[in-house]
Amino acid sequence: MEATQLIKVTVDGKTVEVPLGTTIMEAARMIGPEVAPPAMCYYKPLKGSGGKCRACLVKVAQGSEKDPRPMPKLVASCITQAQDGMLVENFSNPDVVNARKGIVEFLLINHPLDCPVCDQAGECHLQDFAFEHGLGTTRYEEERRTFETEDIGDKIQLNKNRCILCYRCVYTSEQITDSRVHGVMYRGDHAEISTYISKAIDNDFSGNVIDVCPVGALTDKTYRFKSRVWFSKPVDAHCTCEKCSGKVNLWYKGEEVIRVTARKNQWGEVEDFICNDCRYEKKKTSDWVIEGPTKTPRHSVISANKYGSNTIKKPEFALKFAAENFKNIEDQREYNKTLEEIKKSEDYKSLMSKNKALLSK
Amino acid sequence: MQLTDRSKKTDKSDLTVIEKTYWPGVVKGMGITLKHFFSKKATIRYPEQKRYLGPVFRGHHILKRDEQGRERCTACGLCAVACPAEAISMVAAERVKGEEKLYREEKYAASYEINMLRCIFCGLCEEACPKQAIYLRHDKFVPVFSSRDQVIYGKDVLVEDLNDRYERDAWTKEDMAALWQKQKD
Repeated sequence: MEATQLIKVTVDGKTVEVPLGTTIMEAARMIGPEVAPPAMCYYKPLKGSGGKCRACLVKVAQGSEKDPRPMPKLVASCITQAQDGMLVENFSNPDVVNARKGIVEFLLINHPLDCPVCDQAGECHLQDFAFEHGLGTTRYEEERRTFETEDIGDKIQLNKNRCILCYRCVYTSEQITDSRVHGVMYRGDHAEISTYISKAIDNDFSGNVIDVCPVGALTDKTYRFKSRVWFSKPVDAHCTCEKCSGKVNLWYKGEEVIRVTARKNQWGEVEDFICNDCRYEKKKTSDWVIEGPTKTPRHSVISANKYGSNTIKKPEFALKFAAENFKNIEDQREYNKTLEEIKKSEDYKSLMSKNKALLSK
Repeated sequence: MQLTDRSKKTDKSDLTVIEKTYWPGVVKGMGITLKHFFSKKATIRYPEQKRYLGPVFRGHHILKRDEQGRERCTACGLCAVACPAEAISMVAAERVKGEEKLYREEKYAASYEINMLRCIFCGLCEEACPKQAIYLRHDKFVPVFSSRDQVIYGKDVLVEDLNDRYERDAWTKEDMAALWQKQKD
């Protein structure tokens, strides 16, 4: 079997040809964001990531061309390889949509609802995931699990309460930095990012754990509480850096660069990791060559509160909400009729006959 | 030509002898005047007296404190992003040890400013607030100002006075609906 062999995969009725060995997730992403399953732990640039959060569960209605039986359970699309002739149901299957609602509830069991305080709010994957696929309410009444706050240096802020154990930062320090010295300790409900994370942050590329973290567990301490995401303006910029690619986003508040992050692609993934010098030290406009404003999705909150926000396309959720809660305007009123129709009416005729009678007197 | 049926027939017959003295008309008119001496007045002595404007009136802004007197606002910025007039701005700061009695969350608004020249009293900030911190008082107007430096309201004006706490019949939409229903019954 050749590695370049192409197979056909159908996701939500849309077919795409992908090389053998591609996962369902990657195949769906090739079709486009309208069928791509959400991902909380899967991170394409990090090898071995995925399969932990279950956010990307899909229904396989037909295993392959040769064996058309459906898979008995929902499968995690980020770690399941696609087969030739596979039929995948994502948003079109009510089981999948329901399962996602459950996943949102599970992820939010121990996640504190402190978005007003959290610096990640507005670019948080869990926020997006819960907003798009969750219920909007909570049934959880018990105490949430909390940890002691731990100081891991002056660059990165760690908040273990917010961690959803996606392992992305673990893979980052293993694959991007020289050596990994932190991981997830204990099991089940007691699992937590290990205390040795403080040792991993001495590395040149340790700042990338901030970018890969899907929630606000790891945030930039130099940016802490400086602004909200939607008040800052992202700009593409680059510089010549010996250690990294130097391609970054600068986040401006007025004239001041308040934060530097790596560039994220359509799926919120960093492709070119940046070094700590670029991230923390170069916070002057003169350090950078500005390329232009970053393209943000128009429905994103990052595009809000800026001039031109009246042109922003309304998100589907808002339109659906409006359609459910408000009536359409019924514009079937009398005055809309044409003059011919009005002349035919009884009211008009009786009025005119009265007028005639008065005039003839 | 009669266009409506609202016109009234006027009596155009000649006046009688008594009517020509005008006394019946004068007595009738003075009677109406006298009646109004004893009836309830339609006006009040504003600004000394004030009317109840209902629990949904949108007046002076206030940053509420919680039951223990801590500030509720965490400077999340949702009021500012919801504000159609872009009147609100804030700077956040981190709570340090020892300030737990002042601020409820680990982040608080170090400065919170509302530009009253811009504010249109739409109440969207109140609706957006996830912490029930900002309210538009139903019992207090924003006073008239005479110079521009009086219109940027900072935290000194906005934060609730613990000795004179702001209370309201209905804090949320649900409360309001319940109150409405009670008044109907």
